[in-house]
Amino acid sequence: MAEVATREFVPASQAAVRDEQLRQALRRAGSGFDGTRREAIAEVTEDVWEDWRQQARSIKEHTIAHLDYYLAMLERNVRAAGGQAHFARDAAQANAIVSEIARQQGVRTVTKSKSMVSEELGLNHVLEEQGIDVFETDLGEYIIQLAEETPSHLVAPALHKTRGQVAQLFAEQLGVPYSEDIEEMARIARVALRQKFLEADMGISGANFLVAETGSLVIITNEGNGRLCTSAPRIHVGLAGMEKVIPSLQDLAVFLRLLPRSATGQRITSYMSMVTGPRRADDEDGPEEFHLVIVDNGRSRLLQDPALRESLYCIRCGACLNVCPIYQRVGGHAYGWVYPGPIGSIVTPGLVGVAQAKDLPNASTLCGACRDACPVQINIPRMLLHLRRQQAESDDTNQRTVSDTDKALAQGFATVMSSPWLLRLGRLVGRALTAPLARSGKIRQTRLPLVSRWTRARDLPVPAGRSFRDRWRDELSKGGN
Amino acid sequence: MPEWGGSANLARRFAREIALTQPPPIRASLFVTCIIDQLHPEVGVSVVRVLRRCGVEVDFPEGQTCCGQPLYNSGFTQEARKLAIRTLDALDGSEYVVVPSGSCGAMLRVFYEDLFADDPDLLERAEALRDRVYEFTEFLTDVLGVDTLPADGPTATRTVTYHPSCHLLREMRVREAPQQLLNNAGSVELVELPDAEQCCGFGGTFAVKYPHISEEMLADKLASIRQSGAETVTACDMGCLMHIGGAISRQNLPVSVQHVAQILDGGEG
Repeated sequence: MAEVATREFVPASQAAVRDEQLRQALRRAGSGFDGTRREAIAEVTEDVWEDWRQQARSIKEHTIAHLDYYLAMLERNVRAAGGQAHFARDAAQANAIVSEIARQQGVRTVTKSKSMVSEELGLNHVLEEQGIDVFETDLGEYIIQLAEETPSHLVAPALHKTRGQVAQLFAEQLGVPYSEDIEEMARIARVALRQKFLEADMGISGANFLVAETGSLVIITNEGNGRLCTSAPRIHVGLAGMEKVIPSLQDLAVFLRLLPRSATGQRITSYMSMVTGPRRADDEDGPEEFHLVIVDNGRSRLLQDPALRESLYCIRCGACLNVCPIYQRVGGHAYGWVYPGPIGSIVTPGLVGVAQAKDLPNASTLCGACRDACPVQINIPRMLLHLRRQQAESDDTNQRTVSDTDKALAQGFATVMSSPWLLRLGRLVGRALTAPLARSGKIRQTRLPLVSRWTRARDLPVPAGRSFRDRWRDELSKGGN
Repeated sequence: MPEWGGSANLARRFAREIALTQPPPIRASLFVTCIIDQLHPEVGVSVVRVLRRCGVEVDFPEGQTCCGQPLYNSGFTQEARKLAIRTLDALDGSEYVVVPSGSCGAMLRVFYEDLFADDPDLLERAEALRDRVYEFTEFLTDVLGVDTLPADGPTATRTVTYHPSCHLLREMRVREAPQQLLNNAGSVELVELPDAEQCCGFGGTFAVKYPHISEEMLADKLASIRQSGAETVTACDMGCLMHIGGAISRQNLPVSVQHVAQILDGGEG
């Protein structure tokens, strides 16, 4: 499995907010994606958009509620089309399945189209250790592979890189003249990758959707690289999380409307490829073998928990990242694992363990922008609250990660607020303690722990001399003011 | 708009207008929120004054303290339940509950149902409360049908920009009411806040748990406020305003900070 650095959220996000280049890259990409998304919605009108969201959500609700049934149907139909379906319990098993196929077939070169699951599995690394050359062919993925980095966004993996950084990287890694011209950079990548497409024995793709009734794998790309990966090499391996299945082709339609609009604001994606089994006798091209690896890797834990189940409805469009004020400040890498941003803050604790990722559910203001942007109406804030509750109150001590200090503060607050009398005492004591520190009713500097984290950038008001309830009792209740 | 006389007559004339159109009086309980009660009581006073000016019979159930949201948002649901039950007890008999905060209002309207999902009796009480809870400006427009509320006080025009707080916008789904009331307040020229619907970075304990991120968000909000050119920034939440105002005060910016109720009450800022 990919390296988990979720414990480092605080130092990583501190470094990220100081990174001016990252800031610029995030600003441009975030507002760009979100702007085009909003335009695309306005074009179809809010009402139609809401209908689509509702339809898509219903399909996901139904499918996830009957996941065993649809996965069995999918498996049957993949086989019927001449392909092979494999179920992998965890990352190690998934990697072993792909390694074994590669070993048996004497694979030396692999081309890959974009797959977040393969990032999750850390598959490239496993294949490379086996002596296989692995080439990412999605432009963004290619860039971060050259830079030996991980994706920082679900849709735009190299979003954190500025144009100049990419030009520099190409010059250093590919020995080409430095050029910041986008056309030229795309040409450089195309030339470098074209040869690999022809050499590859195995193509690995992700899957945006799996269609149970036909056993089809559906991928959506803008570069055409997906189609080359899935048709040119003699073996095609598709990787997908088990939540990707939908019942029928009819159900696919609404997702083809929602996904490109939510991800990039496009009405329709440049390439939509549907792969059903390997090449047939009368096909002119296509792979000799088709394997579909369906990955659990912690998803059944999300499925079991009714409060977190809807995280499996996610279609990885990235819209929640583009509207998230936290993601927009810290970028994807600070989250420490493959899935960043609001949905990542649910999925990551679910897949790597709550105790491993205790900052993620807390690093949110619960502003709700993610839920409004989500094309399948996933209620992310509510799930963040659920995870916080686990951290504070779970019977499982592995999940209960809240500090004794926080617990004591919470209990203290609850006690004071449980009695107007104690509240009054608390205010007067608070006022007596803070008034000497204050200037014109505001506390500017303090070394009090916690409070100082507020006052480092903001003044804090001193508790009022007379509370509202005092004023109510003395004047307002008598008609005065 | 009717032709109003001198500002001195305004309150009386408005009261008469209301009295003619809306008998019998509507009774509402004020849930003032702990932050207004303890830190900014003047906001609560303005709320009462505006409500009374609209002919509402206001009462203040004294058993109320905090709705429990800070605890709920931190995952301490057992402690939050104690305060939520206390709040239910205080508000059970109310015809309407008016909350001058989108955030606390959302707790009462939206999150109590989650908090009490496993307790049928309390859930029933939470659901009964849900339908009676209104955010202050929402109550004015949706229940009282107030469209125009001329400020009771100085009429010198000043520029005001409005920050729509996240929970008001996306939990309580109140978008138009505050802006409509501000627009019609007479003494106010409402100016647009760039990127208005971006969170200010408060998020309760978020601001002290992750100050480095919160401060970045706050800095952007402050830049937007300055860009708007407004003399006053307003919102329907003292949490956000304490956060934004704390930075304005720290940086000595020439911008005053007021709750919408204070502006509608004719406060000069």
